[in-house]
Formats: sequence, structure tokens, C-alpha cells
Amino acid sequence: MWEIGLAHYLTVAAILFTIGIFGIFLNRKNVIIILMSVELILLAVNINLVAFSWALKDLVGQIFAMFVLTVAAAEAAIGLAILVIYFRNRGSIAVEDVNVMKG
Amino acid sequence: MILQAIAFYLFAFVAVAAAVMVVTARNPVHSVLFLVLTFFNAAGLFVLTGAEFLAMILVIVYVGAVAVLFLFVVMMLDINFVELREGFQRYLPIGGLIAAILLGEIIFVGGIWAVAPGVEGALAEKVPEGSALTNTEMIGRLLYTKYIYLFQLAGMVLFVAMVGAIVLTLRQRPGVRKQKIGEQVRRRSEETVELKQVQPGEGV
Repeated sequence: MWEIGLAHYLTVAAILFTIGIFGIFLNRKNVIIILMSVELILLAVNINLVAFSWALKDLVGQIFAMFVLTVAAAEAAIGLAILVIYFRNRGSIAVEDVNVMKG
Repeated sequence: MILQAIAFYLFAFVAVAAAVMVVTARNPVHSVLFLVLTFFNAAGLFVLTGAEFLAMILVIVYVGAVAVLFLFVVMMLDINFVELREGFQRYLPIGGLIAAILLGEIIFVGGIWAVAPGVEGALAEKVPEGSALTNTEMIGRLLYTKYIYLFQLAGMVLFVAMVGAIVLTLRQRPGVRKQKIGEQVRRRSEETVELKQVQPGEGV
């Protein structure tokens, strides 16, 4: 109980990951919350990488977590830009209308 | 040891609770603020594992940039959030079911998983025992030597993302008068000044 090991961190990461998936299902209409859920999922991945890096005493996990962070930041920027122009064109951010673009 | 465990449980509990609030909060502004809280507590977990540099990066990049970007967008768009919450109750059972199945599977896999014997010899960059270097120095030494190409590539990813975001959101409005500096500079007095001989008693 008082000895914090790898399993503890993995459990936290698993719970955060599941909450992220749950959030995507729960907020089917709100793209902003969906993007935040994706950020939560990526955070869970990062916790996993850092926890393994700590448990195995291997530094590459932290390097990899940094690259995941970079990609997550880029993804958030592009996603929000798409969201802004979508809102400008249609006046709503309901994802269920997105399929009007299909051919 | 007890102190570490207490800190771990505190950070983990607050992070999970804030994550739940992110996906269930009524107001998206509250969601963003709970997201910030989650990131802060995850940074605390990183500090506990000795990854100080990543913890600080998490606070600076996520809390300072990404979360504020989310906050800007949420507040800038004039959205009827009540309308967007329709179907929340409808998707609750199926979402909960899938989340429970997923968590069960992850726990199942984690339960029977074990570190392979002899993994010590297969590590890519082992942290030296009793090294005087800090975490940041060790990451720097690794990142700027062995992973320099990946580092440059990450920079390119960010660059492309920046250009993409600007291209997507920049718009030309019709009917807006702008200063055309090129035309202004190109003007010569010979082309624009006209001398006229005006006869007395007549207009131009």
C-alpha cells in the first residue's frame, strides 16, 4: 500500500485513458470536449511512458513522451483552427452535421 | 516513503477526479479549467517519478499554451451549449459499457504482464547509477546527440502545424480598403502631378 510501484502509475494511466474514451462517447456533439478527451488520452500515454522510464531506469521513455507532447500540441492547434473555420461557415460546432461534406 | 505514497495518492486522486469533471462538466469553460487541474496533477506525478523536466514542460506547454488556446476558442465561439448536451443521457449507458469493458481488458492485460527476463541488457539509454547529472542535463545530452534528427523533425511538425493553423484561419474580407505600400512607393511625381495652363477668367 505505501510502496508506490509501477503498477500504481499504470493504473492511474489506465483510468485516465478510459475516462478519455468515455468522454468521446458522452459528448458526441461537442467537438471541443472531444478534443479535450483526446488530450486526456495522450496524457495517459505520457504517464505510461514516464512510469516505464522510471521503473526500468531507461531515459528513452521520457524523450519519447516529449515527442508525444509535441504532436499533441500540434494536433490541438490544427484541430482548433479547423473548429474555428467550421463554426465560421456553419454557425455551429455540432459534429453530426460534418457529413454534409461527403461526396 | 509514507510521504511519497501520500503525495502519489493525492495527485492521482485529484487528477482522476478532475478528468471525470472534464468530460461531465456542464460548461465547457469549466471543462477547460478542470483539464488544467488534471495537467497540474499529472505534472506532480511526473515529479514523483523523477522526470522533472517533463513535468515543467507539461505545465508550460499544456497549461500555458494548449489549455489557454482551448479557453480562447471556447470563449470566442458563441455556441449554444445546452443544445450540444442533448444525447448526453442517451450515450451514457453505451459509453459507460465500452469504458468498463476497456478498463477491464487493460487491467486483465496488466495483471498477467511481467517484465521479460534479461531486459536490463536490452535498455537503450540506461540512467547511470549515482550520476551527478540532473534529469534535465541527462535529457539534453541524449536529445541533442542521439535524437537530434527526431528533435529537428518535431520542430518541423510544429512549424507545419503553425503554418496550417494560420492558413486555415486567415481570411480575406471583400470590401476592406488596405494600404498598398508597393503602389505608394512606386508613384512618381511625373505621373501624378499635372500642370495646367489656366486662362484668366476661366476655370480648369
